[in-house]
Amino acid sequence: MGVFRQFARGLRALFRGSAADADIADEAQQYVDEAIAAHVARGLTREAAVRAARLELGGAAAIAEEVRGYGWEHLVSTPWSDLRFAARRLRSEPGFTAVSVITLALGIGATTAIFSAVDPILFASLPYPRPDRIVAIAEIMRDGFRNGGTFAIYREFAERVRAFDAVAVYKPWQPTITGAAEPERLEGQRVSAAFFHVLGVAPIVGRDLQPADDRAAGPNVAIISDALWRRRFNADPAVVGRPITLDDTSFTVVGVMSAAFENVLAPRAELWAPLQYDMSQGRAWGHHLRTIARLQPGADVKAAMADVNSLGRAFTAGHPAEYGRTDFMVSTLHDDVTRGVKPALLVILGAVALVLVIACVNVTNLLLARGVQRRAEFALRAALGASRGRLIRQLLTESLLVAALGGAAGMGVAAVGVRALVALSPPSLPRAGAIAVDATVFAFGFVVTTAIALAFGAIPALQASKSDPHRDLQHGWRRGSGGHYRTRRALVVAEVALALVLLVGSGLLLRSLERLFAVDAGFDPSGLLTMQVQINGHRFDDYRASYRFFERALDAVRGVPGVTAVALTSQLPMSGDRDEYGAHFEATPAREALTYNVFRYAVSPGYLEAMRVPLRQGRLFDDHDRAGAPLVAIVSESLARRRFGNGSAIGARFRIGPTDGPPYTIVGVVGDVKQVSLALEAADAVYIPASADGATIRSGPWRFADTTMSLVVRAGGDATALAPAIRQAVWSVDKDQPIVRVAALDALVAASAAERRFALVLFEAFALAALLLAAAGIYGVLAGSVAERTREIGVRSALGASRSDILALVVGQGMKLTGAGIAIGLVCAIGASGAVAAMLFGISRLDPITYAGVIGLLTLVAVVACSVPAWRAVRVDPATTLRAE
Amino acid sequence: MDDANTDVIQGTLDMLILKTLSLEPMHGFGIARRIEQTSRGVFKVNPGSLLTALQRLERGGWLDAEWRETENSRRARFYRLTRAGRRRLDEETADWTRRVSAVTRLLRSEG
Repeated sequence: MGVFRQFARGLRALFRGSAADADIADEAQQYVDEAIAAHVARGLTREAAVRAARLELGGAAAIAEEVRGYGWEHLVSTPWSDLRFAARRLRSEPGFTAVSVITLALGIGATTAIFSAVDPILFASLPYPRPDRIVAIAEIMRDGFRNGGTFAIYREFAERVRAFDAVAVYKPWQPTITGAAEPERLEGQRVSAAFFHVLGVAPIVGRDLQPADDRAAGPNVAIISDALWRRRFNADPAVVGRPITLDDTSFTVVGVMSAAFENVLAPRAELWAPLQYDMSQGRAWGHHLRTIARLQPGADVKAAMADVNSLGRAFTAGHPAEYGRTDFMVSTLHDDVTRGVKPALLVILGAVALVLVIACVNVTNLLLARGVQRRAEFALRAALGASRGRLIRQLLTESLLVAALGGAAGMGVAAVGVRALVALSPPSLPRAGAIAVDATVFAFGFVVTTAIALAFGAIPALQASKSDPHRDLQHGWRRGSGGHYRTRRALVVAEVALALVLLVGSGLLLRSLERLFAVDAGFDPSGLLTMQVQINGHRFDDYRASYRFFERALDAVRGVPGVTAVALTSQLPMSGDRDEYGAHFEATPAREALTYNVFRYAVSPGYLEAMRVPLRQGRLFDDHDRAGAPLVAIVSESLARRRFGNGSAIGARFRIGPTDGPPYTIVGVVGDVKQVSLALEAADAVYIPASADGATIRSGPWRFADTTMSLVVRAGGDATALAPAIRQAVWSVDKDQPIVRVAALDALVAASAAERRFALVLFEAFALAALLLAAAGIYGVLAGSVAERTREIGVRSALGASRSDILALVVGQGMKLTGAGIAIGLVCAIGASGAVAAMLFGISRLDPITYAGVIGLLTLVAVVACSVPAWRAVRVDPATTLRAE
Repeated sequence: MDDANTDVIQGTLDMLILKTLSLEPMHGFGIARRIEQTSRGVFKVNPGSLLTALQRLERGGWLDAEWRETENSRRARFYRLTRAGRRRLDEETADWTRRVSAVTRLLRSEG
């Protein structure tokens, strides 16, 4: 009964507040009336009775107020009214509210978004059991390039390295699936039998690959992904044991991977078949396999690396013709997967941390400024009897409201930011699928900023209760306290310094990108269209058929109106292709026999012309370099120089790939081409006629698998517009051949710098935010200072100070802060620039132009931020200010 | 004697209200006056505390309240003891008596 009444009356008071209030007021009034009546009854006059009652009891309103303080609903309604009051205050100061909410939203949102993206990539462990035991093995070439492994060395490691529980190799595979549904080109992997065992996963339906599957001419079996299982087989469990057709060959599905299986090695791979490497064909030396291994329990990476190196060196020494001097690198799979993006991500993480710090500084500054402005208000409220607790509670409510608004907006920024990050992310970003808004980070950012808001938000209340309200009421709104100004100035200096660090970082990246795009790629990508044509099917098992297909496709494309040049190449610069072989030069009287690692381009005549690769010496290919003609090759300038110094390369002979293959005679030297990216120097290359390769197939066992060729097309105008017509032309020859990767070569060149661009875009965004926040900080401090010094300025101008004197006074104050910030920031920036050094190209991390530009920009922004308060100061009318005194 | 303490002893206000109301239903001022008179001016009741206590006792279910006309035809809020209130009064009285006699015994033995 009692509890029920408590609850019911409380609810009534809350929801019908006015009725309950009226009841209490009536009762209090009646009490006072009775007291007056009692005094009158004792013989006092009515007036005297009212006075006496008032002295005795206080007013009816005060009694009612005391009674209202009772009840649980009071605990709810006071904060509620505080909240409404706070909301009114914030609405009446839209400037302050907007700036603080935006600041908080940027700080919290950006931090959350970036950390959400970086965490699964850099810090979370890979989604496999005991991921710390999975390692990747790479071969390090003399120039530091990480080469793929060979099958021969994989076998050596699998049999002999004690530290390994299992070793696996894999390579990409893009089969075309045909059947009831439309033909589709799939992403897949050819893997050795232990592949899934190394990762520590297994199919959830069916079986894993067995060693018996993985031998030359073994059974054609495949494991499919959950996604493929659902898309093409309606998630039918009976798919296991069923045949599917890949590249015209029948494969039996033996297993289905779980939906939870995340393949960090090839995120888009949807099916896996045994590698079935054919050792008998002498191809065990191609560096086109990636190697992973699982460590034995108790073994560590260092020991494994030592083992691998001693065994590997002995092995390569035993095969001098096939292997140059090679070091082996064993690193955890996690390190291997993140190696490419780690520097960029760490730098971005550092940048966003700076943004969060600047946001915190700015919020602190805003609240301090507001505290100074509100001293008079709080002094007044304290004088009217508001308790210290009540004032603090009021301010905390305001701060909390700002923090909550900022947090909500920050959540929005984080959600949009994460999506934008994934969209912007370079293709090389591993584990992009695992990126999602991270609640922990959001909570962290929110708690930090809220704590700051609460701590600094309470300052005015503490001051109001400490200081003498009388003095504050008289002077509070005219004079700030010097101590606070020092703090605020220091904070502005810090903001400017931090902004400078970010601006320098983004300036250095911007200049690097400029430099990078100024690099000569060695060919002219403008207006070039490219697409990849893959042939599949048993009708191409005869090399002549594939040769005929490509020949006729070239003719068909040449016939498309507008096309001025067209050619084929087995690998295309900047496309992600990376096809390297050993070029073996025989010993001559002058030079010893040596193998060079070169990019091998099997091209149709006209390729070098279409790409506008300049001829340096000798001749290019022509229509005579066909099947049956003598084997000829063209080499790059860098290779010619490396092998022959200043001597002529023309007429020299070399073998490519297998050491017992046919020799090629060099007929020309062409300019260097950037194959991998603009930033990488590697340029040793050999060009051979695609058809010449065909000629060797007939007699030898060395079948180069050039079943995928890239078409490069130059047109009178923009070739991209011709893409549909070109595709139709190819399909008019054979409609079953998939055409993929249709792209302008320009776009591929730009994409090769995607990581730098990604870092740059983020840096620019952060630096811009920092610049704006710093400008807001300078403006805030100066505007406050001008408002408080109005009287002083009035006196100065009354005493004869000219407008320019006053302008100089205000701007000088702002510039002093900026100058100090720039000086401190420069020291920090020089120290911090080491962090971006890895991402720079062509400039020093102390690039003077960048530093000068950043200083100029910051100064300019600071002048703009100073100008508004300065203008206000100039317009101070001495007569008005002095009269107000 | 002017500044002699007239505060109601801490924790006894509820009991004094219940006792006063056990005689007849009354409004706030009536209760205050009755306590003052009966205690011969030793206790003066603060109206804010009194009305708050009435609120509390009413919510606790020990009192019922209704708006009624007084004898001099003013509208006033009259409080009446409920059955639970009567039980509470008995308990509090017993408890108080027990404690007072204990205190008295202690004071006497000291003296």
